[in-house]
Amino acid sequence: MSERDKDMGGESTELSAEDFLDPLEIPELQPGVMEDSKPYEAAPEFQESLGFPGELVPDWKERAIAMIGELRDKYRGFRVYLDACVKCGACTDKCHYFLGTGDPKNMPVARQDLLRKVYRRHYTFAGKYMPWLVGAEDLTEEVLDDWYAYFHQCSQCRRCSVFCPYGIDTAEVSMAAREIMDEIGKGQKYCNEIIGKVHTIGNNLGLQKPALAATLEDLEEDLEDDTGLEIKLPLDQKGAEILLVTPSADFFAEPHIDGLLGYAKVFHAAGASWTISSYASEAANFGMFIGSYENMRKVSLRIRKAAEDLGVKRIIFGECGHAWRVAYSFLNTLAGPFDFLDQRYPIPQHICEYTYDLIQRGVLKFDKSKNDHIRLTFHDSCNIARASRMGDKPGGQFEIPRAILRAVCNHFYDMPEDTIRESTFCCGGGGGLLTDEIMELRKKGAQPRMRALQEVAKEHGVTHMAAICAICKTQFAKVMPEYGFAMDSIVSVHQMVSNAIILEGARDGADDDDEDEE
Amino acid sequence: MLTTIYALLFYGAAAVLVFGLGFRIWQYATTPAPLKIPTTPAPVTKGGVVLRLLREVVLFESLFKANKWIWVFGWLFHAALLVVLVRHLRYFIEPVWTVVALIQPIGVYAGFAMVAGLVGLWARRILVPRIRYISAPSDHLMLLLLIAIGASGLVMKYFVRTDIVALKAFFLGLLRFDWQPLPADPVLLVHLGLVALLMIIFPFSKLLHVPGLFFSPSRNQVDNPRERRHLADWAARLEQGEG
Ligand code: HEM
Ligand code: SF4
Ligand code: SF4
Repeated sequence: MSERDKDMGGESTELSAEDFLDPLEIPELQPGVMEDSKPYEAAPEFQESLGFPGELVPDWKERAIAMIGELRDKYRGFRVYLDACVKCGACTDKCHYFLGTGDPKNMPVARQDLLRKVYRRHYTFAGKYMPWLVGAEDLTEEVLDDWYAYFHQCSQCRRCSVFCPYGIDTAEVSMAAREIMDEIGKGQKYCNEIIGKVHTIGNNLGLQKPALAATLEDLEEDLEDDTGLEIKLPLDQKGAEILLVTPSADFFAEPHIDGLLGYAKVFHAAGASWTISSYASEAANFGMFIGSYENMRKVSLRIRKAAEDLGVKRIIFGECGHAWRVAYSFLNTLAGPFDFLDQRYPIPQHICEYTYDLIQRGVLKFDKSKNDHIRLTFHDSCNIARASRMGDKPGGQFEIPRAILRAVCNHFYDMPEDTIRESTFCCGGGGGLLTDEIMELRKKGAQPRMRALQEVAKEHGVTHMAAICAICKTQFAKVMPEYGFAMDSIVSVHQMVSNAIILEGARDGADDDDEDEE
Repeated sequence: MLTTIYALLFYGAAAVLVFGLGFRIWQYATTPAPLKIPTTPAPVTKGGVVLRLLREVVLFESLFKANKWIWVFGWLFHAALLVVLVRHLRYFIEPVWTVVALIQPIGVYAGFAMVAGLVGLWARRILVPRIRYISAPSDHLMLLLLIAIGASGLVMKYFVRTDIVALKAFFLGLLRFDWQPLPADPVLLVHLGLVALLMIIFPFSKLLHVPGLFFSPSRNQVDNPRERRHLADWAARLEQGEG
């Protein structure tokens, strides 16, 4: 813990006094400023382990063009989105990467057009015979370079899709583009290495079972030191009722761990029997980021197998944004039907749904004053906000986490309405972009969210922001210092729960707030 | 001669429009949507989806959230276009339906409103750097085409009136396969020529936003993936291939 604090060094943990800046401010166009922002390419061995060519294939142009047609025939969304755009411009100022960089190719429609112009050239009448008329273009090396740069400047956050009159979702176009690039041998290192690790080891970190077991034991000791109670973090426990699938960052990074401790306390308070699986020790599913149905399915099937092998009755997901999208929206499709699970509960269920339900039933008790040193706001993670749901009413994904936070702390303030809920801004690191070589992009992409946070910090003295996504937490811990916040001002929702929860028989005075521990 | 050319032109244009659009709709309808991707919060029932689409079609709800200027001009243009189209029905039906008759008085304003909306959209396309950046020549020409159709219509209404009775006879004749002569007014010929052009390019251009909206999975899917398993044919085959 102390190490990180030192890292922060002299950097101010207070806000600068200048007036706050509009999170939605539209920048001047600066063509080409981000054209060199590219993540590292995947090495041949990692490409091949996912079934993709190791390096750029000689006939990449033909393959790529053919792939556009194949994907168009497989995905109705992709087909309709390619055809329907009227270039109305409604989406042009909706992307955080555009707002942060001013690069016109980061305007959602312009990003789509990088692919659409090739599609038009080869698959439409006008594009074949009058390419100049409809902006159709041949696939060249420059175009491929643009694809690689700008389809890796899209965090697949779907903000543009909310505002498009036809719901055109640039995320779908980016996924298709990345799948095409993978298939011609130009994959991205960060995503593809991680997917490889999940296929072979079971989590993004490559954490083996013994290491995981040791980590969980350590955490159990910490919990006992803090509370005097034997709060368990069970691993591979056959016959448990609940399988918890959580992002592996919850096992080692701050503030993620405090969230994990929060889940454990909630399960303990509810007297639930639960377990983590070493085989499916990862909620994240980067198969989605590269648009690969097959890879996404393979990762999902690990969860199914773990649930079957352990004989659980329920599956609950921890705090992770895109993981919840894949779990909520796709798991049933990819790895269902789950008829062996208890049908009385949602399959799968989100940890927030679980905790909220216990709060509603009066099972959990809190001492809100334990969080009085925190003035809190909540960051809606994009994949949860715009690609999933919690509870049985539309919008539950906004209200349930907020209801939990209001139940556990006294000072909660929302950021400006046009930057939260369905209009929320991405943290800047989603969609497989959480890699350090594109840090400049990540910092700039965080700008709208950070400005919104500065606004509530100034207006309501907000000191911390809670999130329910592993990527958001990691990204914010990294970029918040750039914007005048301490790196530990990002907290897990279940960390707040953990701080305030009253456990029967626990030693009082145990102060387990948001202090770092590593 | 002129009558023959225009008669054939309109038969051809109508065929392209109907079959072209029908083909697109068939393509959209038969392309699988393997994953549930509605933009949430989304309706959890079919009825809710119908309402969502209705709000998009009638009110341009998402566009309203996005940008008030585009919404004002876009909605004005489309609403006026609808009135103008309904008004034009009087050339094709006999006797004229009451609704169509009732709409005639506002129809006059609709023509101006339509052109005003289009001019507003075009002004933004030229003046706003972001929108200029994303515009191809075809995007400008599409607006020009619609403005030209609207303007030539208004010219006939206010300056060089054409023989409406003869025109109606021409169109009824087309419908009944009993051709009647077309009045040879230059403005009318331009107006009709451009309309035929619009009908022909409809299925091959961004005018596909009309069927597209109804087939967009981010708008037309029910949010119920946990309750119901959603599986595309090719995905099912993928599973079986392993099984
Ligand atoms: C179900 C019917 C329709 C719906 C819901 C619809 C919706 C929309 C929306 C939301 C826009 C974007 C805003 C704008 O730029 O106006 C748009 C643009 C456009 N629509 Fe439609 N539309 C429909 C029918 C039509 C028809 C029948 C035509 C033409 C014959 C048409 C021509 C256009 C054109 C040319 C644009 C682009 C305007 C520009 O360049 O800015 N629409 N439509
Ligand atoms: S809002 Fe939709 S239709 Fe308009 S330019 Fe953007 S993607 Fe195209
Ligand atoms: S999905 Fe998000 S990151 Fe991608 S273009 Fe749209 S707004 Fe930008």
